Amino acid sequence: MFNPKQIRDDFPIYYHNPHLIYLDSAATSLKPISVIDKLNEYYKKYSANIHRGIYKIAEKASEEYEESRKIVSLFINSKRSEEIIFTKGATESLNLIASSLGQALIKEGDEIVTTILEHHANFVPWQQLMAQTGAVLKVIDINDNHEWGVATYSKHGKVRIDISDVVTTKTKILAVNYVSNTLGTINPVKEIIQEAKKINPAIITVVDAAQAAPHIPIDVQSLGCDFLVFSGHKMLGPTGVGVLWGKYEHLQSMPPYQFGGDMIREVALEETTFNDVPHKFEAGTPPIAEIIALKEAIAYLKYFGFEAIQNHEKQLARYAIEKMQQEFGERITILGPREFERRSGVVSFVLNKIHPHDIAQILDEYDICVRAGHHCTMPLHHTLQYPATTRASFYLYNNEEDVDHLVKGLRKVVKTFQK
Amino acid sequence: MSIYADIILDHYQNPRNNKKLDTPSRTVDVNNPLCGDKLHMELTEKNGSVEDIGFTGEGCAISIASASLLTQYAKGKDLQKLSSLEADDVVGLLGIELTPNRMKCALLSWEGLLKLVNK
Repeated sequence: MFNPKQIRDDFPIYYHNPHLIYLDSAATSLKPISVIDKLNEYYKKYSANIHRGIYKIAEKASEEYEESRKIVSLFINSKRSEEIIFTKGATESLNLIASSLGQALIKEGDEIVTTILEHHANFVPWQQLMAQTGAVLKVIDINDNHEWGVATYSKHGKVRIDISDVVTTKTKILAVNYVSNTLGTINPVKEIIQEAKKINPAIITVVDAAQAAPHIPIDVQSLGCDFLVFSGHKMLGPTGVGVLWGKYEHLQSMPPYQFGGDMIREVALEETTFNDVPHKFEAGTPPIAEIIALKEAIAYLKYFGFEAIQNHEKQLARYAIEKMQQEFGERITILGPREFERRSGVVSFVLNKIHPHDIAQILDEYDICVRAGHHCTMPLHHTLQYPATTRASFYLYNNEEDVDHLVKGLRKVVKTFQK
Repeated sequence: MSIYADIILDHYQNPRNNKKLDTPSRTVDVNNPLCGDKLHMELTEKNGSVEDIGFTGEGCAISIASASLLTQYAKGKDLQKLSSLEADDVVGLLGIELTPNRMKCALLSWEGLLKLVNK
């Protein structure tokens, strides 16, 4: 059933760009026709505002919108669909938590713990909160195998976490990413949350699942976290829509993040009563079409199932790494864990001291799209002592031929600079 | 057409004026944090002109080749005249067509040169 070549027929971008070798899904994924059609359906058939109109098309739009909330809720196994808040992306979700929860929770001398592996979106909001409140930001480092230094794996892959030096009773928030966008490391999120809660049961745990939601089945109840965020556009969905999941009791006690329409119950001259969760956090007209179409992305992923998708991506990453090492030997450095089972479909590398921008530019001459730069992880690149790296990332529509093209392209890169 | 023309590769692999000066009268550091490109540039002057000029640093082929070509161009030129050098002139020196994203790489040394001559 899982045939990447057939899958491509569902992605119109390949029809319009027949030679496209798209290896930048960690930045944003391509979109299947069902998602594009659903966006159009809203605009063509019932493009009314939600939660307001009494007329039929407004009711239809509201229904479709709220159905998305239920489907997202099932997708991550949350207890109730009111725990799903739509934002414009993982970045806004994290800013909402840092701003709203930070205001209510953080005082001078409190601690926030995060890791060096974070995307700037899960780093800078905490750093800013620290500056505003006088809290202390502690950063978990990585080891030589590009995994959290606080994690040790046994031969059989069983992980042990020791955060007794980092997390204390003063630690109010632990914010970590599930899968690294730069190294592809799949982090032991469930285990670190368990350990953190042992030290401080009141700790609030935040999971950045932007690179996990497209590839790994997520179960917020099993992870035991308090908040989890992701973006629609990295998992075949439209841009401009993201998800913030939070435990109901937290969301209820948190102050609103923005004020305006839809988030209020009653406004008088002197005071305002806010709407219930989740609407309290969805001020103004949201990206209705995008949210409605997000459920089609989930349906598409569910059709193939994460097991098949993950197997396929891991196989491709393995094929790519082995092929690149075979071809370039000592001249290439592949980042990320050596164990394939603990990495996603992200393959970042440094080749022959050639600047990643030059690599990406020459690959583009062959219609190969890769990412070059620091991938919004500057603290990590600083630690790794590479100013920039090149990243190829795989998804369900990629195949071994794409990898062959990449390796062929890299051969041309090396040749260009050997002249 | 590839932007990695012979002239670019030549100046990237054998950059001219890729040196530190003994007694520079003006120095400047410029960087492009998005790419990780960093240049240190310095010059000595004589009668209002560039007597010698050098640069060190790291960057992509375009930024290094551009620093090489630009310092070569600047040597011996009047400081005042150099301060009116425009981005288009630098692109002209490179002789290639650049996308907006790569323009930043090509113009880093120009940014440095302008800071040097306006000091």
